[in-house]
Amino acid sequence: MKAVSLRNLSKTYKNGVQALKGIDLDVEEGDFFALLGPNGAGKTTAIGILTSLVNKTAGKVEVFGHNLDTELAAAKACIGLVPQEVNFNMFETVSTILLNQAGFYGIPRRVVHDRLEKYLNKLQLWEKRNSVARGLSGGMKRRLMIVRALLHEPRLLILDEPTAGVDIEVRRSMWEFIREVNAAGTTIILTTHYLEEAENLCRNVAIINQGKIIENESMNTLLRKLNTESFVLNLRNAISSAPVLPGYKIQMTDSHTIEVETSKEQNLNEVFTALSAQGIAVVSMRNKSNRLEELFLRMVERGNEAGKKAS
Amino acid sequence: MSTRTTANLIGFQTIVRREFKRIIRIWGQTIVPPAITATLYFIIFGRLIGGRIGEMNGYTYLQYIAPGLIMMSVITNSYGNVVSSFFGAKFGKHIEELLVSPLPNYLIVTGYMMGGLLRGLLVGGLVTLIALFFTHLHVQHPLVVISAVILTSMVFALAGMVNAVFAKNFDQISFIPTFILTPLTYFGGVFYTISLLPEFAQKISHLNPILYMVNAFRYGFLGISDVNVMLAFSIMIGGTLVLYCTCLYLLTKGIGLRE
Repeated sequence: MKAVSLRNLSKTYKNGVQALKGIDLDVEEGDFFALLGPNGAGKTTAIGILTSLVNKTAGKVEVFGHNLDTELAAAKACIGLVPQEVNFNMFETVSTILLNQAGFYGIPRRVVHDRLEKYLNKLQLWEKRNSVARGLSGGMKRRLMIVRALLHEPRLLILDEPTAGVDIEVRRSMWEFIREVNAAGTTIILTTHYLEEAENLCRNVAIINQGKIIENESMNTLLRKLNTESFVLNLRNAISSAPVLPGYKIQMTDSHTIEVETSKEQNLNEVFTALSAQGIAVVSMRNKSNRLEELFLRMVERGNEAGKKAS
Repeated sequence: MSTRTTANLIGFQTIVRREFKRIIRIWGQTIVPPAITATLYFIIFGRLIGGRIGEMNGYTYLQYIAPGLIMMSVITNSYGNVVSSFFGAKFGKHIEELLVSPLPNYLIVTGYMMGGLLRGLLVGGLVTLIALFFTHLHVQHPLVVISAVILTSMVFALAGMVNAVFAKNFDQISFIPTFILTPLTYFGGVFYTISLLPEFAQKISHLNPILYMVNAFRYGFLGISDVNVMLAFSIMIGGTLVLYCTCLYLLTKGIGLRE
């Protein structure tokens, strides 16, 4: 079954900005789906329409087969939203915020208390249950929004940049938890600027740019499209110019660092052998950027150039 | 009862409970100021000045203005509660908690209206108690008193919601209470009978809906009114229906709430 089905979805804001230009998108039930795109690409607008926070201009939206135009309440009941910006009452306590939200979804209090304890413990917020929300740290506020979105046990969880501004330790524990939620059967749509996050967590991905879907396939298929990779090599001794290796593009970053670009047909062994023959010892090595990030940037650049040419 | 109906009932109770808790949590802003204002009115207009004014329509001045002062506090507090709570939720973005939930719009409107009604009745009851320290109040038509106060409170709670939906900043939520609501209340027969006014001013006064609400309420207490009580109730019921439908329309269309 399709968790989400968007058909010819368009949105034009009052100021004339066309945020979505007739997109089609399907997300299968149980999927962990990444919706990626640069700032202003239309991701948040698409999520806004899906969660009925933004009115669509045209198109059809279905959530687990419930049409948003005709079965709004049923569609809404299936969705849990963790928005980009903090949107709870800062003057209320953690428990009050959660009890209220569960109430809006019609969850009886006796049921809520058990879930509240379970999720607050899972996300290390139980000790803060009686604290006023404005006193929470940034990471705690993000986790609180995750708990809030899960209290009615939605079939679809939408995470709009859930780890923005969260330190790496908390981020990793959040990933772990979100993986568990997905494994339990909840469909997840994730938007994030941390592409490493999307690459690690998501099985399928759509890239949106200038209001259009420019890629929509499995993460593995997408990553296979990456023809070249760049590596940063740290050298033991200083060099005065970039070494020349036939067939390889090498740039010198500083006297102890070079960047090597390799294609799928080439291999790093050749690079090390050639460098070694020139008396250059490599101490350590890392990817210049993660694979999805590299692919993403290329696709977005290509899309932007095509857009410029068209205009 | 179906699952959806039960869920909606829980959602509605949650809004009302949250609104009530808010009124109690910030009692220094919601309950104490109107009580102090009413006490000052009773001391200054009732005792100090009222003694020199003498009788009005056969009642002491204090007895005459008491229903008006109670109604004035109900109007300002019902309006103030919804306008500040709803706009606060919009400004702080936590209105989104409700907008993404499956709760139908009519229950959101009714929930906020109930919040305004609760505060209106709470403050109105408190001002009535204060009035009893200063004068004797005999209720001649209890049903008229109760229905007039409830309908008026609902009208202004809903009006507060309309204001909050359109407001873009805090100035815009204080504009209507300051420049429209307060003058209309003061010219709405709280402190005087409009028979004291020249004929032209009397005709103008009849365009003021608050005149009808205050007089219907006063009729319930004292049995006297400057206006036709049936007409007053028609205006209150009509106002409630029109404003309720307006709120529902605004929420359904997402005007001022959704992009």
